[in-house]
Amino acid sequence: MPLRSNGLTRRSTITAGAMAAFASLLGARMAFADEKAVMAEIRKLYGDKALAEGRIRLDIPEIAENGLVVPVNIEVESPMTEADHVKAVHIFADGNPQPGIVSYSFTPACGKASAATRMRLAQTQNIVCVAEMSNGSLHMAKANVKVTIGGCGG
Amino acid sequence: MTTKPTPRVRVPAKAAAGEMIEIKTLISHEMESGQRKDAQGATIPRKIINKFSASFNGKPVFSADWHPAISANPYQSFFFKATESGEFTFTWKDDDGSEYSAKNKISVG
Repeated sequence: MPLRSNGLTRRSTITAGAMAAFASLLGARMAFADEKAVMAEIRKLYGDKALAEGRIRLDIPEIAENGLVVPVNIEVESPMTEADHVKAVHIFADGNPQPGIVSYSFTPACGKASAATRMRLAQTQNIVCVAEMSNGSLHMAKANVKVTIGGCGG
Repeated sequence: MTTKPTPRVRVPAKAAAGEMIEIKTLISHEMESGQRKDAQGATIPRKIINKFSASFNGKPVFSADWHPAISANPYQSFFFKATESGEFTFTWKDDDGSEYSAKNKISVG
């Protein structure tokens, strides 16, 4: 294959063209949150407080066929009395355009710190759940969901 | 194809004192995330229900702040420990300022 005067081979020109097209495609795609964005959201709410493991049951499917409707069910162990109850639970995703999914606030009248809803997931990612107890302590749980078809529309 | 949001709530009509009951709610709403684009490539503006709250005899019980990641026709379930007869009020707040509500009675005894 003869070299062109500018030193580019046909193949390298095609490759460069393809890469440029791919890069512009990537640029056009929306930006996604990442683990850092989720941690930043948690810090915004609670500062640098320690996040303990345990006490949270985060019930989500391992594999979600349809990212548009993914059931998410949480339950936090707590006696739910006036003196000791779960105040708030926040759920975040690290691979969606925005990290926030839902924030619950519970009262002792609930009797049980459990709630279920359905969320949209754009891609395979981690779900992070943070629970705030009435004494101010924090608990965290994390789970991975594999998403077959993303639920981002667009 | 925007339809008027219609709330649907399932609360048991009767419960024993101290019984834990599950309340299930659903409201028809598109929950437009603000991420989608129309055929011309213009972004469709966000319009979601951003807050669901439940109160019993006027006292707040449970609330949920929904982000755009909540699916269309949002479903929400939670628990309540029945201690006395009374009435639940459920409220959904839309981005456009409108509010949808539902009321359900429960008798305990």
